[in-house]
Amino acid sequence: MAVTKLKLNDGAAPTRNAEIIALAREPRKARKYDVAALAGRVAGTVLPPLVTIALILVLWEVLCSSPTSSLPSPTRVLDESWELIVNPFYVGQGVDQGMFWHIFASIQRVAIGFTLAVVAGVALGALVGQSDWAMRGLDPVFQVLRTVPPLAWLPLSLAAFRDGSPSAIFVIFITAIWPIIINTAVGIRNIPTDYINVARVLRLNPLEYFTKIMVPSAAPYIFTGLRIGIGLSWLAIVAAEMLIGGVGIGFFIWDAWNSSLISDIIVALVYVGLVGFLLDRCIAFLGRIVTRGTANA
Amino acid sequence: MAKPYLSLEFVDKSFERNGVRSEVLTQVSLGVQKGEYISIIGHSGCGKSTLLNIVAGLTQATSGVVFLDGEVVDSPGPERGVVFQNHSLLPWLTVYENVSLAVDKVFSRTKSKAQRHEWTMRNLDLVQMGHAKDKRPSEISGGMKQRVGIARALAMEPKVLLLDEPFGALDALTRAHLQDQVMQIHAELGNTVLMITHDVDEAVLLSDRIVMMTNGPLARIGEVLDVPIARPRRRIELASDRIYLRCREAVLKFLYERHRFVEAAE
Repeated sequence: MAVTKLKLNDGAAPTRNAEIIALAREPRKARKYDVAALAGRVAGTVLPPLVTIALILVLWEVLCSSPTSSLPSPTRVLDESWELIVNPFYVGQGVDQGMFWHIFASIQRVAIGFTLAVVAGVALGALVGQSDWAMRGLDPVFQVLRTVPPLAWLPLSLAAFRDGSPSAIFVIFITAIWPIIINTAVGIRNIPTDYINVARVLRLNPLEYFTKIMVPSAAPYIFTGLRIGIGLSWLAIVAAEMLIGGVGIGFFIWDAWNSSLISDIIVALVYVGLVGFLLDRCIAFLGRIVTRGTANA
Repeated sequence: MAKPYLSLEFVDKSFERNGVRSEVLTQVSLGVQKGEYISIIGHSGCGKSTLLNIVAGLTQATSGVVFLDGEVVDSPGPERGVVFQNHSLLPWLTVYENVSLAVDKVFSRTKSKAQRHEWTMRNLDLVQMGHAKDKRPSEISGGMKQRVGIARALAMEPKVLLLDEPFGALDALTRAHLQDQVMQIHAELGNTVLMITHDVDEAVLLSDRIVMMTNGPLARIGEVLDVPIARPRRRIELASDRIYLRCREAVLKFLYERHRFVEAAE
């Protein structure tokens, strides 16, 4: 094949016959602009929720400001529950504790119950996702059991454990496990054939297959299940604690109701909401770290 | 003549779905010598990927046997390294970890940790991917992914390398570059290679022999063409090479004349 060759005039250095014009350098104004942009972005994300909250508070204040109102207005909440709000770490007798300790006790129960649910749920989900026979045998049972409301399990677990705290933990476990099982199973059914073939060519043993292919590949699904599970757990713990008593945010709310401390209930609700939000974000964050490769494959 | 290194003997394959039996391959027999580069070409749907999967052990033949180095192939294993069509790298592992997963598994007893690391790096360097060892598959281009896939397969020290349309999903320039690299690796290591392709030029350029499949269902080997071009081969020189053009014509004629004939016969 003929190739045309580019030739420069041998020996002769290329001569410069045009004048070189220096371009004026642009004055630097970048940094100041960046700070403004950053401030703008922060304001853009922070301001809208602040405005919304302010509006809700104002509306609430207006609606509940009459002296005959059955619910306290925000200013009355601050006024009546000031002690509770400023002393979250207060330690007293029995159930007379600061908000932090109530929340802490509830989180502890959720942590234990949820961890057990993760272990059992992922294992059962892997079984159901992997084996057609396990799927056929277990799936109908799961589909029925998962519709049982969490609190319906409480009397049964109280009968079995004869103690409040393990019963509450069991309720968390049984609440959180269904979405974990179902999502894990779906994730495992969706492992691409290519990954399975890679494992087969490498002759990975079942344990290696589980840790190196199955769990990472199904991780996005599993974490969706975990997020749903932690949300349900937090919903269930408040209700369960109302019934079992002892230190815990659920019983605190029930106790406040019995003592007609409506303002305290409102403070507790704010805590419950914030903690639930944080738990969800923690799992989401963990999921993002673990699945950083898988999610955008 | 001695028994071929890799031999397929009367391989049949049929699938059964909802009681309907569909015959895919019939009476496929092929012998491959050690160090040979064989391409299997055919129209899509002719069962060539099925054939490769049977050699890989990922699919079981309905009847017939595959021998590799005197042993019957009945399950997948690392002595038959597969490069999959769409690279199949594990996205949660880095480039290095993808290869070392294979190395650690295959050489867990025979090599020390340091040796395994060195072997992983050597294979990555072989496909010129050592520089990207800490990247994840989502951060590298399609051609690079396929190179890592090749490195992973080579790192198992397979007796036969099975390439399933390895360059199918790549653009023409990247494909040419990778073909050159595969030729160079083949020249260096002398692997036995079985490659599925639907690209006539690729088949002629790379192979010692080209196996042409008839159309499915009931696909079989229609013709086997020798490509008597000396190695090393250079694509630019070959563009006007008489033997190259003749081989190319033979394959094209098979695919576009016999193809219609087969269809009319049904």
